[in-house]
Amino acid sequence: MVTKRIDHKWGMVVDLDRCTGCQACVVACQAENNLPINTKDSFQQARAYEWIRIERYWEGEFPNVKARFIPIMCQHCENAPCEPVCPVYATYHNDEGMNVQVYNRCVGTRYCANNCPYQVRFFNWWEPTWPERMRNQLNPDVTIRSRGIMERCSFCVQRIRRGEITVERRGVEPLTGERIPDVDGPDGRYLNYQRMKDGNFLPACAQACPTNALKFGEQTDPTGPVYQYFQKANEQYDKVHHGEYIDESKTRVYRLLEEMGTKPNVIYLKKVDQFPVNESSH
Amino acid sequence: MQEGRPIPSRQINRELLSTILNSPKWFWIAVVLLGLIVLGAMSAAGFMVNKGLGVTGMNRPVMWGFFITNFVFWIGISHAGVMLSAILRLSKAEWRRPATRAAEILTVFSLMTAMLMPLIHTGRPWRLVYWIYTVPFAPYDYARGIWPNVRSPLVWDPSAVYTYLTSSILFVLVALIPDFAVLRDRTAPPTSGHSPTLTHRIYTLLAMGWRGNPRQWKLQIIAGVLLSALILPVFVSVHSIVSWDFGMAVAVKSWHSTIFAPYFVVGAVHSGVSAVAFAMIILRHIYGWQNYIRHEHIDALGRLLIVVATGWFYFFVMEVIFGFYGREADELAVRDLQFMQNPWNIWMMVFVFTTYFLPVALWLPRMFRRNLWIMSAACISVNIGMWLERFIIIVPGLQNKQVFTFSWYTVYSPSAVEWTIIGGTFALVSMLMLLVARVAPLIPLYDIKEAEILRTEVKIGRVTVPAVYRED
Repeated sequence: MVTKRIDHKWGMVVDLDRCTGCQACVVACQAENNLPINTKDSFQQARAYEWIRIERYWEGEFPNVKARFIPIMCQHCENAPCEPVCPVYATYHNDEGMNVQVYNRCVGTRYCANNCPYQVRFFNWWEPTWPERMRNQLNPDVTIRSRGIMERCSFCVQRIRRGEITVERRGVEPLTGERIPDVDGPDGRYLNYQRMKDGNFLPACAQACPTNALKFGEQTDPTGPVYQYFQKANEQYDKVHHGEYIDESKTRVYRLLEEMGTKPNVIYLKKVDQFPVNESSH
Repeated sequence: MQEGRPIPSRQINRELLSTILNSPKWFWIAVVLLGLIVLGAMSAAGFMVNKGLGVTGMNRPVMWGFFITNFVFWIGISHAGVMLSAILRLSKAEWRRPATRAAEILTVFSLMTAMLMPLIHTGRPWRLVYWIYTVPFAPYDYARGIWPNVRSPLVWDPSAVYTYLTSSILFVLVALIPDFAVLRDRTAPPTSGHSPTLTHRIYTLLAMGWRGNPRQWKLQIIAGVLLSALILPVFVSVHSIVSWDFGMAVAVKSWHSTIFAPYFVVGAVHSGVSAVAFAMIILRHIYGWQNYIRHEHIDALGRLLIVVATGWFYFFVMEVIFGFYGREADELAVRDLQFMQNPWNIWMMVFVFTTYFLPVALWLPRMFRRNLWIMSAACISVNIGMWLERFIIIVPGLQNKQVFTFSWYTVYSPSAVEWTIIGGTFALVSMLMLLVARVAPLIPLYDIKEAEILRTEVKIGRVTVPAVYRED
């Protein structure tokens, strides 16, 4: 039986209003993706790995200050600056809106890292090592990267692939194990948001986020959590590119470094501040 | 026009071939010392490959450091050969003659050394076959539909540099054929009864049946002129493409500039010609070639360098002005780092002073241009400055790249491994030049003889006219 090819376009929405800066996503990512343990030494060398990092900013002046958090991971840009500069096609764009890193092909020129405006690419300066007791903790679905190659957030592509195999190829309902009827449409063998959630096929950070600040799903799936935001963001993108004015105080949706034209597949939602820091009060 | 007494052809042969196949004692000492430095650099590179690039000072976000700086520097040095041989040959500058061969050979060796740098700099040098796809019969994954990414400047780079290397080697070999023939005849066995030595056989092979008949001379000259003309576009494109490694990087604001191509090409000529002038002074000193590398040649190089340096300075100022003209906050931050903050402001001052103000001040008076010590100092100063220039372009741009304040801001400080490898490249080029000086004349014999013939004058009545008139 030839399985039908289903075109996905994955995207993530980061709701900054919900983010508490708890770093659960960082830990989940570290455990899922076989990242070496960031020791004090690796931080001091500025060579620590954080595929997703929480940036913390302070707003206002003491005593009237607020902490602001913004999680930053690979933005999976549609017009990614890292992709055209790789001489060996180790990083390329697949048709699901993901930026893919092929570890086997990477020779380590580090040009992609120079060209990434978001600073989310990590180079293996040393051979990664784990304590002996951690050996069995490694995720068998994820390659262990050797020294001298580049790596970064993959949107947990191994989980998405497992979801596609389970739901779309084998046609098994992830939670109950029932057969899914081979019909067209969203009721058929289609990896929708509910099935991703049931089968733990969401990226580790999105699954671990206690406040649901990270939402992952298909951009074109109206039942998913990210559909409306991507519609809004694309609408804004088109408007800006046709020279129209966007009132930024009326919209929460934005992309990081939008002016660079990279068009990321990650969207940020602004914080809704009930009591904004009054700059003139101090 | 030319100074000094005419030199008979026999004396030219004797003096210029004196270094070949019999070397003074210091030669081997120098070669061994340089070889030890190269060996040290090789072990440092091996250590780095074994341990990982963590042993260098590079980190996030300064992903490129000394190695790429050195790569651009040596590519720059390699531009001397074509500048002196091809451009001056086509523009018929007589004073180029003693400088051409040394410049071409320096081109070949500095290109080879330059190409080592990106290979050492990669994280996994053993996977380079994916990158350097031009190697014949390389096990590239064509069968699996995997191809090199031709959109990447790092693929344009090896393509341009290997084209340049191939044409430079051709250029050197074509020019060497008549000289190899002289060496073949000199190493021939005294009588027909003796069996020829290995040296003789090798020179016979390299001389490619040169008999010195008019047809061969004609072909050799045509080949030289053709190669000169064909190599010119390669010459311009190589350093332009090297500059596009930086110009294409959208995320590094101070690199993302369209002026980089001409700026880098002129800078390359500047550093390259200075290096050749310095190399010629050294050769004159160690081999005693006072009759051939005369003050007039160094003087002419100095005058050429004033023009090149001023052209380079124009592009340097323009690059800075364009940076300020854009008024982009990120770019201004890099400029602030380069011009205002310690230690970059000191490096910047040293760089501008040593690349332009000091050497041009030294080249302007004729008296200084004719003083070899002052000329050497000026030429070394230019090369220190040009090395710093690449360093100042590469590292502060990367260091100040990120717009996220929470990203790590790290200061790049090169490690001992990097210093050793950089030192090794300089030793490697010097050693190769010395070794070549032993097997091939570094001053073209036939070119000097041609110059001697062209300067012969005859007296007809009261007027003195050139004895030979060249038609071309």
